[in-house]
Amino acid sequence: MRLIRALVILGLLLVPLMGRAANLPDAELAKLVTGLAGDGFDDKIAAIDALGTSGDARAVAILKALTDGKLAASDDKQMLIEGAGGKFTDAVTGAPVTPGAEPERIHVNNRLRGLIDGALSRLTLYSADPGDRLSAATEALHHPSLGAVPSLDKALATEQDKGVAAALKLARAAGLLQSPDAAVRLAAVDELAASTDSEVRGLLGELVGGHESDPKVIAAAKTALAKIERQLAYIEIGINLFQGLSLGSVLLLAAMGLAVTFGVMGVINMAHGEMIMLGAYTTFVVQEIFRAFLPAGLFDLYLVVSVPAAFLVAGAVGVALERTIIRFLYGRPLETLLATWGISLMLQQLVRSIFGAPNKEVANPSWMTGGFQILGGFTVTWNRLVIIAFGFVVLGALVLVLRRTNLGLHMRAVTQNRKMAAIMGIPTDKVDALTFGLGSGIAGMAGVALSQIGNVSPNLGTIYIIDSFMVVVFGGVGSLVGTLAGAMGLGVVNKFLEPFAGAVLGKILVLVAIIIFIQFRPRGLFALKGRSVEA
Amino acid sequence: MMRRTPLLTGSGWLVFLAAMLVAAVLIPVLATLPPPDSMFRLPAYLVPLFGKYLCYAILALALDLIWGYAGILSLGHGAFFALGGYAMGMYLMRQIGTRGVYGDPILPDFMVFLNWRELPFAWWGFHNFAYAAFMALAVPGALAALFGWFAFRSRVTGVYLSIITQAMTYALLLAFFRNDMGFGGNNGLTDFKEILGYEVQAPSTRLGLYVITAVALGLSFLVCRFVVTTRFGRLLLALRDAESRVRFIGYSTTGAKLFVFVLSALLCGLAGALYVPQVGIINPSEFQPGNSIEVAIWVAVGGRGTLVGAILGALVVNFVKTWLTGAAPELWLFALGALFIVVTLAMPNGILGLVAQAKQWRRTPTAPVAETVHD
Repeated sequence: MRLIRALVILGLLLVPLMGRAANLPDAELAKLVTGLAGDGFDDKIAAIDALGTSGDARAVAILKALTDGKLAASDDKQMLIEGAGGKFTDAVTGAPVTPGAEPERIHVNNRLRGLIDGALSRLTLYSADPGDRLSAATEALHHPSLGAVPSLDKALATEQDKGVAAALKLARAAGLLQSPDAAVRLAAVDELAASTDSEVRGLLGELVGGHESDPKVIAAAKTALAKIERQLAYIEIGINLFQGLSLGSVLLLAAMGLAVTFGVMGVINMAHGEMIMLGAYTTFVVQEIFRAFLPAGLFDLYLVVSVPAAFLVAGAVGVALERTIIRFLYGRPLETLLATWGISLMLQQLVRSIFGAPNKEVANPSWMTGGFQILGGFTVTWNRLVIIAFGFVVLGALVLVLRRTNLGLHMRAVTQNRKMAAIMGIPTDKVDALTFGLGSGIAGMAGVALSQIGNVSPNLGTIYIIDSFMVVVFGGVGSLVGTLAGAMGLGVVNKFLEPFAGAVLGKILVLVAIIIFIQFRPRGLFALKGRSVEA
Repeated sequence: MMRRTPLLTGSGWLVFLAAMLVAAVLIPVLATLPPPDSMFRLPAYLVPLFGKYLCYAILALALDLIWGYAGILSLGHGAFFALGGYAMGMYLMRQIGTRGVYGDPILPDFMVFLNWRELPFAWWGFHNFAYAAFMALAVPGALAALFGWFAFRSRVTGVYLSIITQAMTYALLLAFFRNDMGFGGNNGLTDFKEILGYEVQAPSTRLGLYVITAVALGLSFLVCRFVVTTRFGRLLLALRDAESRVRFIGYSTTGAKLFVFVLSALLCGLAGALYVPQVGIINPSEFQPGNSIEVAIWVAVGGRGTLVGAILGALVVNFVKTWLTGAAPELWLFALGALFIVVTLAMPNGILGLVAQAKQWRRTPTAPVAETVHD
C-alpha cells in the first residue's frame, strides 16, 4: 500500500517536470528547425507552430533569432544562429560552427512575425520562471484567441503556481468567448466574472455592446460586468486609502517636529521646513561618504546611518538656534514668526551656496526599491510602505520620550507651568533648548524619508511648511493624537479628492476646508481643555 | 474728555508737504527738464522703479494699519495686492485687442492658445476702465470682508490668523497657477499695450503713472492717519494690547477688526492696480507666501505702528534689495534673513524707534530707555 502511495506521489511530482522541461530529442528538433528554412510559406508556418507547442527551451532562442534575422542556413542545411561578432553556433546543439561559405539568412515577413510572437508567448508559458509564465498568461489574456486555448489547456494541466494558474484560466476563458458554441461562451463569461482585470472588463463590455447575439450570454455578461465594476470600485477605494496613508505618513513626519516646537513649546518655527531640508541633505552627504569610502556591499546601509545622523545634525542646528535667537523671543509669537522666517531664508541660501541650486540625487537602497502587485494591477512600492512604517515608529518613539523619560516629564512640566517647574529645580533653559532640538531633530528624520520619494533641493522645506502648520492646527495644537489624526485625515481626503478634482484643485479644496474648519473649531480637532488654553 | 489728536501737527504737515513735493514734483521735473546728458537728469528707467517702490510703500502702509495698530499680522496682504494687480492686468489685456499675436479682438492670446471660444464670465466688463478699477478694489475688499468676518467672528487671533491667511494666500497661488482658472496660468498677464489710450511703455505714461502713485500714497497715508487718530484708532490700540478687556467693556471687536482689515485690503488692491501697469506683468508668483512675509519686514524695519515707518521701511529695504540683487545676488537672501533676525531681536521699534531712543538718550542721558511691553 505504502509503496503504491509513494509511487503515486512520485508520479505526481514528475508530471509537472515532464510537462515543462521535456525537451525534444536533438534530431526531432533539428527537423523542425530545418522546416523554418523551407521553401513555401506553409512549411515555415507549420514549423513555427510545431516549435511553439514543443515546449522545448531551445526553441525560444531559435524563434527569437528568426525574428531578429539572425537565423541562417548553411549550404548543407545545417541551421545556425549568428551570435555577437558574426560567430555562428549550431541552432540545435549550440556548438560553435565555422561555415565554409556565407550562410543564407532566413527572412520573415510581418505575417510570420505575428505567428512567431504567438509561438514565443506560448513557449514562455513553460518557462521555468513563474514571473515569465505570469506575463505570458497575461499577454494571452490581452490578445485572446480561440486558437490559443489548447496550448493554454496544456500549460494549465501542469501549472503549480496559483497566481499563474488563475491568469491562465482567465486567458483561456477569454479565448473561449470566441467559441461558436453559446454554452461554452456562457461558461467563459461566468469564469471571467471573477477577474478584476480592466482588459476583461473591456472584453465583457464589447460583448454587451453588440458582439454577442445570445441573450443568455448577454445577461450573464451584464451581471459579470456589474460584479467586476463593484470590485474595481472597492479596489479603487483601497488604492486611495493606501495612497492617502502614504501621503498622510509624509505629512505626519513633516508635522511631528512642529507638533513639538509649536504644539508643546508654542514657538512658531517657520524654519521648520529647513530642518527637514537639512535632514535630506544629511542623507545625501552620508550617501556620498558611503559611496566614496565604504565597500559597495555596505551601500544599502547608508539610509540606516542617515536617520541618526540627520537627527543629530538638525537637532544640533535647532539647539543652536534656540540658544542664540529664539529664546529671546519667547512670548512674542509674531516676532518669532518673522525671525524664524529670516532663519529659513538664510539656511536655504547657505545650502544653495554649499551644494548648489540643482536637485541632488539620493538613491533608494535596494531593499526599498520595487514593490509588489496587488489586485487590479496596482503596485505597492516598498519605499512608500517603509515610510508609512517609519512614520509610525517615529511617532511611537516620540510618545515614549514624552511619556516615559525624564526629559519628557520636564518638557511637560515646563509647558504647563514654567515658574513652578523652575521652583521644583527643573533647568527650564536647558529643557527649552532640548525640546527645540528634539522637534528639529524629528524634522531632520522626516527629511531622510522625504529624500527617498522626492527631489532634494534647497527649497524642499518650503513645500511642506504650510502643510505642516495645517496639520498641527487642524489636529489641535499640543496634541500628538491630533497631529496623527490631522495628517492621516488630510492625506486620505486629499487622495480621495484627487481623482475627480485633480491634484492641485484637490489641494486647494483641502486648504479652503481647513480654513473654514478653523472658524468653527479654532483650537483644532483635539483641543486642549482647561485653564491653560487661554494663557 | 480727551482732546482729539490732530491729523498732523504743524511741523508734521510741513514734512508731509515737503515729502510730497519731492516725490510728486521734484522727481518728475528731474526726469524731464534737465538735458539728457546733464548730471541732474534722472534716467528714464528709474521712474517705473520708483513707482514700484511707492506701490510697495502703500502695501506696507496697509499692513502697518492692521499690524501696527490692531495687532493683526496678516500674511495675506500679498494676495490682496496681487488680486488688485490682476484686475488691472485684465483691463490691460482687453486693451490689447487685435494687436495680440493671434489678433483676436475679444479673447486674450492665452485663451486663443487654449482653444477657448468665449470670454469667461470673470472677464466680462473688463474692457471698461472704471469697472476694472472698481474690481481692483472690490475683489480684495470682498475677500477680506468674507475671510475677516469668519475669522474674527470665531476669534481666530494671533499666529493662528497669520497661519490661515498664509494658507489662503497659498491656496490662491495654487489656483492662479492653473490654466483652467482663466487668468493666464503660469505666465500670468503681460505684453500690455496701452492704458486709457496711452501707450504703457512710453516715458510720459510712466511718468504720469508715477505721479498718480505718489499722490495715491500721500492720500493713503492721510486716510490711515485719519483712522488712527480718531477714537476708533484708540480702540484699535486697545484691541492690540488687551483684546479680551476691550470685549468685556462692551465694544464689538469683530466689527472694528473687520473694518480695518477691509480698509487695509482695499489699500492693497489700490497698490496692486498701480503696480501692474508700471511693471508690465502680473503672474501667480506675486501670491508667493514669502512676498507677504517680506512686507511685514518692511514695516518692522521702519517701525511698527507709526505709518511713516512703514513707508520708510518699504523704500529702504527695496532700495537695498535692488542694489544688492544687482551687485551680489547670492548675498541678498542672507541679508534679508539677517534683517528679519536683527530687527526682531535688536530693534523692535525699527528705524524710527532707534531715532526716538537716540533723542531720549540725548535729553536724559542717565535714564534707561523704557522697554516696550509685548503681549
